[in-house]
Amino acid sequence: MHPALSVIVFTTATGAGYGLLIWSGLLSAFSATPAERVVALVTLATALLLVTLGLMSSTLHLGRPERAWRAVSQWRTSWLSREGLAAIATYVPATLLGLAWIVSPEPGLAAVLLGVVTACCAVVTIYCTAMIYASLKTVHQWRNQYVVPNYFALGLYCGALLFAALLHLLGHGEPLVDGVAAVAGLVALGGKLAYWRFIATTRHESTPESATGLGGIGKVRLFEAPHTEENYLMREMGFTIARKHADKIRKLILLALFGAPIVLMLISLLLGGLPAGVAAVLAVLSAGAGVMAERWLFFAEAKHTVMLYYGARTA
Amino acid sequence: MTCLPEAVPGQKKLGLVIDLDTCVGCHACAVNCKEWNASGHSGPLTDYQNTSDGVWFNRVHTFEAGEGETSRTVNFPRSCLHCEEPACVTVCPTGASYKRAEDGIVLVNADTCIGCKLCSWACPYGAREFDEDDGVMKKCTLCVDKIYNDNLPEADRVPACVATCPSHARHFGDLGDPNSDVSILVAERGGYELMPELGYKPVNRYLPPRPRKNGAPAPLAAASSSCGSDEAISLLDLAMKKPDGKGSAFLRWADRVLSR
Repeated sequence: MHPALSVIVFTTATGAGYGLLIWSGLLSAFSATPAERVVALVTLATALLLVTLGLMSSTLHLGRPERAWRAVSQWRTSWLSREGLAAIATYVPATLLGLAWIVSPEPGLAAVLLGVVTACCAVVTIYCTAMIYASLKTVHQWRNQYVVPNYFALGLYCGALLFAALLHLLGHGEPLVDGVAAVAGLVALGGKLAYWRFIATTRHESTPESATGLGGIGKVRLFEAPHTEENYLMREMGFTIARKHADKIRKLILLALFGAPIVLMLISLLLGGLPAGVAAVLAVLSAGAGVMAERWLFFAEAKHTVMLYYGARTA
Repeated sequence: MTCLPEAVPGQKKLGLVIDLDTCVGCHACAVNCKEWNASGHSGPLTDYQNTSDGVWFNRVHTFEAGEGETSRTVNFPRSCLHCEEPACVTVCPTGASYKRAEDGIVLVNADTCIGCKLCSWACPYGAREFDEDDGVMKKCTLCVDKIYNDNLPEADRVPACVATCPSHARHFGDLGDPNSDVSILVAERGGYELMPELGYKPVNRYLPPRPRKNGAPAPLAAASSSCGSDEAISLLDLAMKKPDGKGSAFLRWADRVLSR
């Protein structure tokens, strides 16, 4: 599948944004003390900024962005529509939570309720985003049991890195949060490795034989393509990446998204003070580049069944 | 509305039956489809600016199946199958993509489509192509603006691809009616669905190439040995009697055609 920059930015920015929103909501829910007021507001604002940037980026993918408002109408069947609705709905408790913190340094029960609701809304939105991909039977590398956990793990991990860095920047560095971020990174790494093993060892059940129905005669291969130029289908669905390039990008992902940030978090955890802040910021920057590469590969390695009509042996 | 219409018994299911045995791969269906639809319901269709990579609703592939002398070369027209349970419809976030309750035709409302392309990702058959100029998705309409057109003589109210096919490889009708001509044809010829494993229940059916009666080594030997039997002497038998003769290739071909 074609890795469109707008969709990569959309899924990574909203993933990190909702991940941060979950941590921020939990902070408000379980530690609504005046000392946390600035942290709660800054993390909330950063999360909503990232989410908003991501959602705006998603409209760049549209052929008719001015009609984007129509996309929330079909929530009964469409995961994309549900994602849009959940994304908009999440602004409500998140904004109210922000207002509660602005109005009162000790919002008490309001922060508890709104924090929990905000976190839940963010969870639902991440789930809907993942299901846009995980519901497509046409793409074996997307429709499997690893995609939803991966979206959650990466969202929570990126959110935790941001949360830790913001805490350090605000002078509230918390070793527990650094530790949580490192553990989240290890969990996300495990999920990604399991996903890679899954897509390396399994194939879509459909074949050129089932796609054409000619399998009864024998093995089916494309003799002549229907057209000489690349068409939309080949550009959008026929994106392929050479194995050696994919391997290089995987190494980059292992280093930038997982290795470096996890080590930096451990450094931050052990050192404290200014070095910890620097390490936490570096971890965010590294993971940001890494997660973009991860999402690019998530698209580039995805194979669509339509290519079985264009000479692909497997999907 | 992207909820699918409720399935009712005896539901009308308009669709195509494509005969892979007689399709000659001339691309006339694709060309006439483009011709009609460039000015119809979904027109204009983007085409031919710097490269000829525009939107077509119909694409004719050619496949080889099998090995050696038993292999076949099969021309394979590919277009929307107007599935009974189309994922392209249910994934649509706007309701622009819909399946008509009255005849099962799957259409896109170009006025409400946002061009998110998700329907083209959801369709396993590549039936949908994005129109870069209009910024919306386009697809086969089963010539909805032709098959119900009262201004046309009744005989012409069939999809453009069906009307133009010179080898009569495309048939149009109601596949929901077991007694319709197309349903009978499907039953007689063993018409099948593409990628049935995905469960989208395509309405269109493909008729498999007929098994080769003559020409393959084994049947040939059988045919030549039956020369002296009570069976009628075929042209092929004559050809086999003078295998190097000038007319044998012609006789072989004539035998194949006449014994269809």
